[in-house]
Amino acid sequence: MRIDCPYCGARDLREYTYGGAAAYLQRPEAEAEAAADDAAWDAYLHLRDNPAGRTRDLWFHEPCATWLEVERDTVSHEIFATRALAGVRT
Amino acid sequence: MSTRPRSQSHRIPGRGLIDRTKPLRFQFDGRSYEGFAGDTLASALLANGVRLMGRSFKYHRPRGVLTAGSEEPNALVTVLEDGQHTPNIRATMQELYAGLNARSQNRWPSLGFDAMAVNDYASPFLSAGFYYKTFMWPRAFWERLYEPVIRRAAGLGALSGVADTAVYEKAFAHCDLLVIGAGPSGLIAALSAGRAGADVILVEEDRRLGGRLLADQPLIDGKSGVAWAEGIAEELASLPNVRVMTRTTVTGAYDGGTYGALERVGLHLAPRAELPRECFWRITARRTVLSAGALERPIAHPDNDRPGVMLASGLRAYVARWGVNPGPVVVFSTNDSGLEAARALTRMGVEVAAYVDPRAVPVVEEFPVYAKAQVVGTQGRLGLKTAAIQHAGGISQVDARVLALAGGWNPSVHLACHMNGRPAWSEKIAGFVPVADMVPGMAAAGAASGVFSTAGCLADGLKAARAALDDLGIAAPDVPLPLAEDAPYAIAPLWAVDAGGRAWLDFANDVTTKDVALAAQEGFASVEHMKRYTTQGMAPDQGKSSNVGALAVLAEASGQSIPATGTTTFRPPFVPVSIAALGAGGRGEGFAPRRLLTSDAQSRAMGAPMIEAGLWYRPSYYPREGEADWRAACDREVQMVRKYVGITEVGTLGKIDVQGTDTARFLDFVYSNMMSTLKVGRARYGLMLREDGFVMDDGTCARMSDTHYVVTTTTAAAGLVMRHMEFAHQAFCANLNVRFTSVTETWAQFAIAGPRAAEVLATVCEAPELPFMGCAELEIGGIAGRIFRISFSGEMGYEVAVPTRYGADLFAHLVRAAEALGGGAYGMEALNVLRIEKGFLTHAELDGRVTAEDIGLGRMVSAKKDCIGKGASQRPELVAAGRAQLVGLLPVDPAHEISAGAHLYASDAKPLRENGQGYVTSVGPSPTLGQWIGLGFVVNGRKRHGEVLRLYDGLRGRDVPVQLVDPVFYDPEGGRMRG
Repeated sequence: MRIDCPYCGARDLREYTYGGAAAYLQRPEAEAEAAADDAAWDAYLHLRDNPAGRTRDLWFHEPCATWLEVERDTVSHEIFATRALAGVRT
Repeated sequence: MSTRPRSQSHRIPGRGLIDRTKPLRFQFDGRSYEGFAGDTLASALLANGVRLMGRSFKYHRPRGVLTAGSEEPNALVTVLEDGQHTPNIRATMQELYAGLNARSQNRWPSLGFDAMAVNDYASPFLSAGFYYKTFMWPRAFWERLYEPVIRRAAGLGALSGVADTAVYEKAFAHCDLLVIGAGPSGLIAALSAGRAGADVILVEEDRRLGGRLLADQPLIDGKSGVAWAEGIAEELASLPNVRVMTRTTVTGAYDGGTYGALERVGLHLAPRAELPRECFWRITARRTVLSAGALERPIAHPDNDRPGVMLASGLRAYVARWGVNPGPVVVFSTNDSGLEAARALTRMGVEVAAYVDPRAVPVVEEFPVYAKAQVVGTQGRLGLKTAAIQHAGGISQVDARVLALAGGWNPSVHLACHMNGRPAWSEKIAGFVPVADMVPGMAAAGAASGVFSTAGCLADGLKAARAALDDLGIAAPDVPLPLAEDAPYAIAPLWAVDAGGRAWLDFANDVTTKDVALAAQEGFASVEHMKRYTTQGMAPDQGKSSNVGALAVLAEASGQSIPATGTTTFRPPFVPVSIAALGAGGRGEGFAPRRLLTSDAQSRAMGAPMIEAGLWYRPSYYPREGEADWRAACDREVQMVRKYVGITEVGTLGKIDVQGTDTARFLDFVYSNMMSTLKVGRARYGLMLREDGFVMDDGTCARMSDTHYVVTTTTAAAGLVMRHMEFAHQAFCANLNVRFTSVTETWAQFAIAGPRAAEVLATVCEAPELPFMGCAELEIGGIAGRIFRISFSGEMGYEVAVPTRYGADLFAHLVRAAEALGGGAYGMEALNVLRIEKGFLTHAELDGRVTAEDIGLGRMVSAKKDCIGKGASQRPELVAAGRAQLVGLLPVDPAHEISAGAHLYASDAKPLRENGQGYVTSVGPSPTLGQWIGLGFVVNGRKRHGEVLRLYDGLRGRDVPVQLVDPVFYDPEGGRMRG
């Protein structure tokens, strides 16, 4: 698999570390109600879709230390889009 | 045993692409023969009249060479070099060199007389599924009797048992266009893209370019195909943007235009020490042309496996390319390419004794033609003698040494199928052809896409190159289409001759038409089931010559059409790949990089045994004369630190330089405790949580300036913490002005620990009065360095850091200074005991399952701010009573030893999982306390100090009572390190 890094271009899978589902970006608010909080944290930490098809997940490009969100297909392995979580610095 | 070379009795004078000025002697099964440079082992044996080259896998049937390529199922030999055996070398791939020594396989005592050939007479009982049905009972016999016997009887060559010391390589390449196969389509595609200026890699399995042009030798633009291919090869060699890789097979197609390719660098050549045997390439291509050609298939007729039976295409290659005349020949063909082969053989002076075709072909040829006829049997035990031809007038026995089978062509769709694409059935050629986009970026051309005439291949190759160049945005040059034969290809497929007897489909695994029919009859009618039941297609050749034939026979037996029956899944690799090539460079020390401390050489010189910590090598202890074992050295080093002073390198700790105007705010977010309140010139112990509320890592943060912190991580978690900090920043607060740099390798850092640490420090710098947990930048021996007053031993201590290149000198100096004061260097064993005595933690305790509260540091999760892991750390299960908490462990009898990994139970409870009260994480022999001490986790442990539990270690047979105590065994007030 080859993933497009916005800084480095298409790079081999071996340069990347997997970081889990993109849902990990939706961190629960710190100041929520306690009961709602437990459910929210449970969902955030543990509940993940396991789609056969399109999915969005996080990858770390080690050589340039960039975290990416990658939209890809778990069946065909096609990669549709990548973006740097922090945007591209110039 | 004769050593006299045999004459090359079956050579055609003047013919072939071999160098007759370079005769080469070689041995096969102990006999000496002669061939020429340019021969393969197979062609040289045939030139010497040798047809018998091996024994079949299951029935031990005598077999000869079937093909002239890597798809060879029969002629597998062992090559012997310097005590090394390389089994299962295809004689068709083994290039001839002077002194080549090859041996046939799967026979005993000799190839001509093989005792296990008795299997052949038992064949009525050895049909498909025989093993499954027969060796079912008694069950216990399988492992001890049946399997060993079957394994010895079946199987291919054997390894020598000597380690392979040859060198293998791996390499990477990138290109615009990868062209797989250098036949007419591939050559013209590579030429076209090469002239356009694209980066081209042309990969060819053979040692020379041309593909079928070398064997069929059609005219192209009025000259021979061989000369045309040579001309293209010369131009390609002159283009700097084209890399031509011969003797290289593309083995697999993977995601993102990545291909695996195996280059035979030294393999199959005369041994040369400077050459690696093989190189495994990973090639990344933006576009790919699959011009891998097509493979001819045999026809399943009774006794179609005798030595001398080969494919017409293979025979043509042996005659035209290698000047071998193994004839006379009977050609059995179902299509026009077989008829053309018979004509070509005649033109080249080979006697065609009969041309047999089930179709109503015209009979006016220069050789006897049997139309509407078929071969129904053969004779000749160790080599073909006669072929039985059934025709309108009855059955004729025709004398022949070779039976050439031409059952049609299968495009080499394998690579196109590697990403799970399914090829389509083409009635026109009675074969599977690739469809578009089976592998993204790959297009098939020429025979690989079912185009079989030379002119068609050239046109198809040009078209594929143009399409690829268009995709790449490169202007295609005007390459004129050469003139060549454009003969139509007609076929009336005949898969199996129904005339009784055994007709082979898969030569490599001894699968006959009866086996496939039996599979269908017993309900294994799906192609994947049939394959597993009969083992068809599961030999090293992966069924290249048998898959489509077996499928057709299965389709007929199950009353389905071929496309409805489907096709088996082609998986990488296309040819066998040695594990050594895939793992090139990964043996011994190449398995993983070695990270060495700056003091590494000195520690080794001091006799310190090294222990591995991740990729690092750290000194275990520094033995002194008279010390019996590690324990004596460890005891001395611990006492040395407690009484005087010790030196150890701590450079393996991860060090991250964090800078920016928002550094303090950011660190508050990733550490559970406050870091923004830290004063410049001070350091603080920090705890880092994972988002799920468990402890991730610990370390220190030292504030060098308002906007500059240096944080340390544990050795094991350095990479993890770096990734985590980058994530927290980029995902949740990218607006903060903060940047991270790993400086683990930039600084050499040493701990100076013990009551006399300040005296040692004074020998290298004028240290300012540092309070406990103070830090400063200063000159150390004239070098810009850093100093931290921190302690992992519980004693007064400093850590000093200098740029890595000065580390070795500083270590030598510190050790000398310490020794002058009664101290010296100490290793990991002592370091571990020192920290257990103090109840300091490592990843033995922070194992990813403990919370801050579990280790007694709940107050370190600041209530004043949010941080990673804070929200989740409040979840009910993580704050509920009954969690295991950190405790110290003391054996009740001071003479008892304890061990990490042991579990803890109530004194009167059985050591069963459900009775578990806790477990031991770290232990060490404490000279300070005069007994073994340990750390561990016990349910509600903090409230149970004083209780006695049963420590049980079934692995080491240890069962001792231990008392739960405070985890800080030594100087609990910390007066010694605060000073």
